[in-house]
Amino acid sequence: MHPKPKPAISLGPAAPRHQWEDFMSKNNLTRRNVVKTGMIGSAGLATPMIFTASSAAAFTNEPTGSTVTLGFNVPQTGPYADEGADELRAFELAVEHLNGGGDAGMMNTFSSKALKGSGILGKEVKYVTGDTQTKSDAARASAKSMIEKDGAVMISGGSSSGVAIAVQGLCQEAGVIFMSGLTHSNDTTGKDKKANGFRHFFNGYMSGAALAPVLKNAYGSDRNAYHLTADYTWGWTQQESIAAATEAMGWNTVNNVLTPLAATDFSSYIAPVLNSGADVLVLNHYGGNMVNSLTNAVQFGLRDKVINNKDFEIVVPLYSRLMARGAGENAKGIFGSTNWHWSLTDEGSKAFVRSFGTKYGFPPSQAAHTCYVQTMLYADAVERAGSFNPCAVAEALEGFEFDGLGNGPTLYRAEDHQCFKDVLVMKGKENPTSEFDLLEIVEVTPRAQVEYAVDHPMFAGGSLGTCSTGA
Amino acid sequence: MDAFILQILNGLDKGSAYALIALGLTLIFGTLGVVNFAHGALFMIGAFCAVTLNKLFSISFETVDPTKTDFLGNPLKVKTPYLESWFGPELGGAIIDWSVPLSLIIAIPVMIAIGLIMERGLIRHFYKRPHADQILVTFGLAIVLQEVIKYFFGANPIQTPAPDALKGVFDLGTWLGLSLPYPIWRVFYFLFAVVTIFAVFAFLQFTTFGMVVRAGMADRETVGLLGINIDKRFSIMFGLAAAVAGLAGVMYGPINPPNYHMGMDFLVLSFVVVVVGGMGSLPGAVLAGFLLGILESFASTTWATTTLPGINQIIIYLVAIIVLMTRPRGLMGRKGVMEE
Repeated sequence: MHPKPKPAISLGPAAPRHQWEDFMSKNNLTRRNVVKTGMIGSAGLATPMIFTASSAAAFTNEPTGSTVTLGFNVPQTGPYADEGADELRAFELAVEHLNGGGDAGMMNTFSSKALKGSGILGKEVKYVTGDTQTKSDAARASAKSMIEKDGAVMISGGSSSGVAIAVQGLCQEAGVIFMSGLTHSNDTTGKDKKANGFRHFFNGYMSGAALAPVLKNAYGSDRNAYHLTADYTWGWTQQESIAAATEAMGWNTVNNVLTPLAATDFSSYIAPVLNSGADVLVLNHYGGNMVNSLTNAVQFGLRDKVINNKDFEIVVPLYSRLMARGAGENAKGIFGSTNWHWSLTDEGSKAFVRSFGTKYGFPPSQAAHTCYVQTMLYADAVERAGSFNPCAVAEALEGFEFDGLGNGPTLYRAEDHQCFKDVLVMKGKENPTSEFDLLEIVEVTPRAQVEYAVDHPMFAGGSLGTCSTGA
Repeated sequence: MDAFILQILNGLDKGSAYALIALGLTLIFGTLGVVNFAHGALFMIGAFCAVTLNKLFSISFETVDPTKTDFLGNPLKVKTPYLESWFGPELGGAIIDWSVPLSLIIAIPVMIAIGLIMERGLIRHFYKRPHADQILVTFGLAIVLQEVIKYFFGANPIQTPAPDALKGVFDLGTWLGLSLPYPIWRVFYFLFAVVTIFAVFAFLQFTTFGMVVRAGMADRETVGLLGINIDKRFSIMFGLAAAVAGLAGVMYGPINPPNYHMGMDFLVLSFVVVVVGGMGSLPGAVLAGFLLGILESFASTTWATTTLPGINQIIIYLVAIIVLMTRPRGLMGRKGVMEE
């Protein structure tokens, strides 16, 4: 039997003994201990950082064994689950190639030769997956779990700008690298850019810069455009970009109507277009929104109308093959832009399509391409840096010039962590030969045409800050 | 003026879907007293009946076209539907083209069967449980059903186009000297909804079965004491309500390509429609469906969203609050429903 502990502070022999004193003494509690514990607890609660590297490690999740874990955060449920599934296929393929399996894909065509097919820095690559559900809070929770529980040293994937910005912020706090997947909002590498975040995918500004000259050639410079825009960060920045680019070549923006992300039927938004004097409808929609708004616009006969003595036209600035399939015949002849397409004939694209197509039986989407490339770029940066330390990796990625990954010569700009490369202007194919052959490349817009200054007003308002190791 | 009438038309076709779903919800609530949160899923399954039939009709055999190559550079495999091979390109193509209207024939027995299985297999075990339990179990069922559909059909929307003859635009204002171009299929959808609603009302009003059901809705105990198996009839009504939702879904496919989540998109709004119309009131559900459809349509106009930003997203709930404050039983609600 243990001796009864003596209270550290005596209240004096005359002081009456209370029940709480018995409780405190039984539990070896003193007022001082309670106050100290409370202060430490309060300080802990007040600390904004949730992540800290272990005392022995120089940075969060420093790999110490023979493996390194990457975290792939993709939408596995929700409206973008098909896109997420394609991203996951690309990640699996990238990991297979990094570990020396398969035909090595784009590692053969990548201008950097740091990757040898022996993992990353000799460590076998393992991966864990999370489900973003295309919801910012769910995506942060799954990324946090992969970092804290699974020891992921890098997070990648995603199919929404809202999610990308949320997870990018979390990775900055955690001290891991975030290689974003499909995110097209200017804000991702604009006002919300972070030192630990890197984007290979193009953005709204680039879509506008690439599309505007093609639209001018096809439809002339005297046009009245009516915009329907998804009411969230991606929609706002894309609309701003497309309106600025088309107005610069003489078009007039008649109206911009914000539509709720949850909208399913767009008929009541399309009917007013008929009487607005507009002769072009720009659909700043993605996913199910795009499929439905385009379907509704075609149903209402907009494409058969002649307004201001011109054929009425529809533009979908951000295209995706998976979405074009949903839109079916309605997408035929409609202009848009993409980051990449499987029909490109450069050696890198051909190698990737061959690897992916042989493994899965169909060509990859642009979401799959950007995720594969991001994984390769991360692994290559680690090899060149000789360390998994996120600050060393970031330094290796900043200002990195490369080629052979499907978009021609590409720069990862140091100032905002945005990749600059050629952009594709696409058109819905009139006579597709298969269910994958839905879009055709109209023009490969050269990188110089889509570049912009770091302090461009559309990207102003944020700063990278300093690289975080989580230590 | 043209724009005003166009928005009314938009509201009518949107209201058609609300009214059909709300009608089924009310039938189930009025007969079995169950708040069926899986009703949106039945609408979605109806739409996927059309998707399935279209896929079945489109089952193809492959022939190799050596003059073309696929994405891997191999000779292109060209798909030809068996129907076109058996019946010739014209008749076979026409059968595929008309797959949505033809789906109605398939959807009726399928949806009735699904409704009966749902009711007999699961929901009947919750009749004596609180409404909260019924909501939870039917909501859970809805999630299961939509995940099953997603497993087989994926998450992306799937095109189920209207027949070529019913595509395009019809100018409804020709006789009025106005310009009212409106998609033919949407007009067709509205007419289909009106016919279906009248058919349901006629069934309840003019058949012996309907008379017994109405009597059961008014006083279940007395009807039971007369030796009538009212439970069996109410189960059939569940099947009928499922069929109404399913048919609404079949016909909705050409308006917006079906996806696994489309039922949830309609569910909450349809419940608001039922509450605004009055719990248990069939005419109330139909009236409120069309009314809220039209209001939602007007709230989405540029004028409305500029004057009151965000009004398009809250209008239905705003109306629901006003109606419930002024007429707590809804527009045509009966005394005693959900008031014990």
